[in-house]
Amino acid sequence: MPSLRDIKRRIRSVKSTQQITKAMEMVAAAKLRKAQTRAEKARPYADKMKQILANLSSSVDAGDGNVMHPYFQKRDVKKTTLVLITSDRGLCGSFNANLIRRAARFLEHYSTETAELMTVGKRGAVWYRKRPYPIISSHVDFGGNMDFDRSRDIARELTDRFENGETDEIYVLYQRFVSTARQEITLERYLPIEPEAVTEDESARQIDYIFEPDPVAIFDDLMPRYAMTMLQTAMAESFAAEHAARMMAMGAATRSAGDMIDSLTLEYNKARQSAITKELLDIVGGAEALAKS
Amino acid sequence: MASFQLSIVTPAETVLDEEVESIIVPGAKGYLGVLANHAPLITPLQPGKMTIRKPGDSHETIMAIAGGFLEVANNVATVLADATEYPKQIDRQRAEEALRRARERIKASEPDIDIGRAMTSAERAKNRMHILDQYT
Repeated sequence: MPSLRDIKRRIRSVKSTQQITKAMEMVAAAKLRKAQTRAEKARPYADKMKQILANLSSSVDAGDGNVMHPYFQKRDVKKTTLVLITSDRGLCGSFNANLIRRAARFLEHYSTETAELMTVGKRGAVWYRKRPYPIISSHVDFGGNMDFDRSRDIARELTDRFENGETDEIYVLYQRFVSTARQEITLERYLPIEPEAVTEDESARQIDYIFEPDPVAIFDDLMPRYAMTMLQTAMAESFAAEHAARMMAMGAATRSAGDMIDSLTLEYNKARQSAITKELLDIVGGAEALAKS
Repeated sequence: MASFQLSIVTPAETVLDEEVESIIVPGAKGYLGVLANHAPLITPLQPGKMTIRKPGDSHETIMAIAGGFLEVANNVATVLADATEYPKQIDRQRAEEALRRARERIKASEPDIDIGRAMTSAERAKNRMHILDQYT
């Protein structure tokens, strides 16, 4: 049986852990709110852009098997790039573990020759650093916040790679924010873009646009922005999901710390009681012995 | 006067979403005006000035736009802007700073510098300063 002092010390230690998890939960909640607002504010832009692209989808085909913009170009797949968006920090439950497991399942279909990785977030980078799949680049230290300039550079790196023929298809794997209690692992094809897949709305009317100056110029202007927006959306979703996951994980930790304190307190009281009983017995026994003599 | 729906969205937020009578935007080939019932149109926008006329408002609303897209279809105009500012939101110091940096980058003309991008940011900075001078 542990001594009273030992139990007391353990209670104190669990209590300080609980304070930390409690604080982290509240910080995550505040950050989640910010990330969520940001993701929501950015949504109309992404939606409109998708809508425009959907309206334009009939114009993508330039005839003779050519397309209006290289991002639509389908090729025989010799190289596949997986963009893995994880968090920079841990202590967010199974957030990263689930992503990495999904990535492993994806990579099973490829060899180290035919697949390569780009990691966004430290967790994925650290995991794959010592594994055989080549990492083309790794972007860390976002601090759970969207950074437009950096996401633009990342999008540019990807599109350049695709246009130069260094890779033939690009997928993005990330956690999508559904609700505070739910994140959803999402694997999306980033490039080449399938114009038909852009919208779920089958009835998207094919509008006969006036192109000013001409379709090629429009696509040249539109597509890099589209590629950037899609990546930014994925990253914004991932950041919101990360904070949500951390909030839930820390909430659960705070609760189990509470349970632990309760059972330790019970144990402490029991130990205290039995110590008192023992002491009483000693005193009574001593008094009786004295009375008898 | 007939009006139509205008929404201006940027990657950061929805700037405006309301009925307007006319807009004038900096299109790829110069400024162009859009009124109600315009034919479906899509065009890139350059850095420049956007003029919006709202029903029942004798003043025009002026905005600096850093580039983007205009799409018009079914009497709805959508401006996908990289960034927009009302004249009073423009930060002169920041614009001057950006212009200086862009000019340096253009002058340096090292191989790993994207001249096109530097030119665009110079354009944007000049546009901001120009609009600030004119409308405040």
